[in-house]
Amino acid sequence: MRAAFARTLAELADQDDRILLLTGDLGFMALEPFADRHPDRFFNVGVAEQNMVGLATGLAEAGFLPFVYSIATFASLRGYEFIRNGPVAHRLPVRVVGVGGGFEYGSAGLTHHALEDVGVMRLQPGLLVLAPADHEQATTTIRATWDHPSPIYYRLGKDDRTVVPGLDGRFALGRVELVRKGRNRVLVAMGSITATVVEAAETLDAAVLLVSTLNPPPTVALATHLARFSRVVTVEAHYLVGGLGSLVAETVAEAGLQCRVTRLGVTGLPDGRSGTASYHLDRHGLSRDGIVRRARAAFE
Amino acid sequence: MVAARDIRRIVLKQSRRADVGHIGSALSVADILSALYGGIVRVPDVDDPERDRVVLSKGHAALALYAALHLRGILPASDLDTYCGDGTLLGVHPERALPGVDFSTGSLGQGLSIGAGAALAARLRGSRRRVFVLVSDAECNEGALWEAVMFAAHHRLSNLVAIIDDNGQQACGYTRDVLSLTPLADRWRSFGWDARPVDGHDVAGLTETVAGLDTVAGPPHVLVAETVFGRGVSFMERLVKWHYLPMSEDEYRRALAEIEAAP
Repeated sequence: MRAAFARTLAELADQDDRILLLTGDLGFMALEPFADRHPDRFFNVGVAEQNMVGLATGLAEAGFLPFVYSIATFASLRGYEFIRNGPVAHRLPVRVVGVGGGFEYGSAGLTHHALEDVGVMRLQPGLLVLAPADHEQATTTIRATWDHPSPIYYRLGKDDRTVVPGLDGRFALGRVELVRKGRNRVLVAMGSITATVVEAAETLDAAVLLVSTLNPPPTVALATHLARFSRVVTVEAHYLVGGLGSLVAETVAEAGLQCRVTRLGVTGLPDGRSGTASYHLDRHGLSRDGIVRRARAAFE
Repeated sequence: MVAARDIRRIVLKQSRRADVGHIGSALSVADILSALYGGIVRVPDVDDPERDRVVLSKGHAALALYAALHLRGILPASDLDTYCGDGTLLGVHPERALPGVDFSTGSLGQGLSIGAGAALAARLRGSRRRVFVLVSDAECNEGALWEAVMFAAHHRLSNLVAIIDDNGQQACGYTRDVLSLTPLADRWRSFGWDARPVDGHDVAGLTETVAGLDTVAGPPHVLVAETVFGRGVSFMERLVKWHYLPMSEDEYRRALAEIEAAP
């Protein structure tokens, strides 16, 4: 999604000179398509994420559309209070772009694993939280929202190859995508893990819903879909608290649906062992087989 | 006319009426705000995109800003009387929904980044507008502020003017005891800023200094404005307790008398 992001933003910047791209010294071999095409609108601000968000606040007040880019943990957490007091409190169109949801930075370790970014960002009123599931959807998501008047947090994956079968890049703000049909049982997914969830759903013969708009919560769309099911299993590469599972549980409870929710995600602090993203997902029961096993138990 | 004496009068009156503190900080910056709003800052209209921007990064001195905005003709007197009341936009820290306030502040160490962004925006648009950021000395404890210091110097944001209210005090003590900032001007200078020690109570001197700054080319500017915390009220000057405490009626009368009697 990094390549999709850089390419799409460079194209949009051809049409609109309000677009700026700031990076906290990350994006080597990723952001060049933008930096080469619009060098006067590209700023490597150094390893200084807080300042980057503050700068973007001042730029947005003057009419610019600044995109600030970093790894998802640093983008969301390091400058969090700046995001809250800046773009959120001032209702300014700053775009915070966090790359690498969940365990995508694999052996880089916990400091690079975004396991709570959606939760903390979802807390901020008026901040759009968007988590595309593949690079095609990342492109349509950015094209659909880049000039939205609200501040935005984009949670992007690193992968620019995998596509979610049945999605075809569809995105609309607040819509929930049915990417696989199924009867009685449904898996609900968020972000890059969705392709794996679809694989698991094939074994389980379950439907798959994709939630790409996490804030504002797509309450009506989600409740409409979930009304057809008595069992729902949510899957996310994120802590159980605050993310997709929480959003679904809130929706089911408030809509009064007769639907039992089981949340699959990261249940506690990782133990420090290093490994690839697949290794980490497997250890947390979020590999294809892990999802099948746990979802099957939940569906019985 | 944005007279510092009038700012102090309003600060004392409204602090007493609302029974709230931060009096010492507001008195400390009264002359700086008098200079800014009495002549330096170009604000033809509060919504004019070409206006100079002001960031009160030390947001806890907001009452002095409200006073200056009133004296500048931006804020009606009736609004001042709502200070810290229920439903008002005039809280202890400034809120940008209030006409004349460019940015909400209150969390220290964030305003200079915003100001640097505003200054960069002006440059990208080829505008001659300037950005003034009023920071407190203790605010320089915040690491994020130095991120902005480095950025502004690296990008030679000559249209950015930081003014440090160097009153030597912070919430729980004197800066020299809590976390020493010395030598403050040298630190900014070593980061690449045009740093100038100034008398923070000399309105004419402040105005003249700013008028002499090159805000078109060169490095960003910082005025390290030496001030006295609680300036103008003898029993408040340099006393830490007046960071938070409100005044009694008797203290108010004595304070006001001193302000009126001052030359």
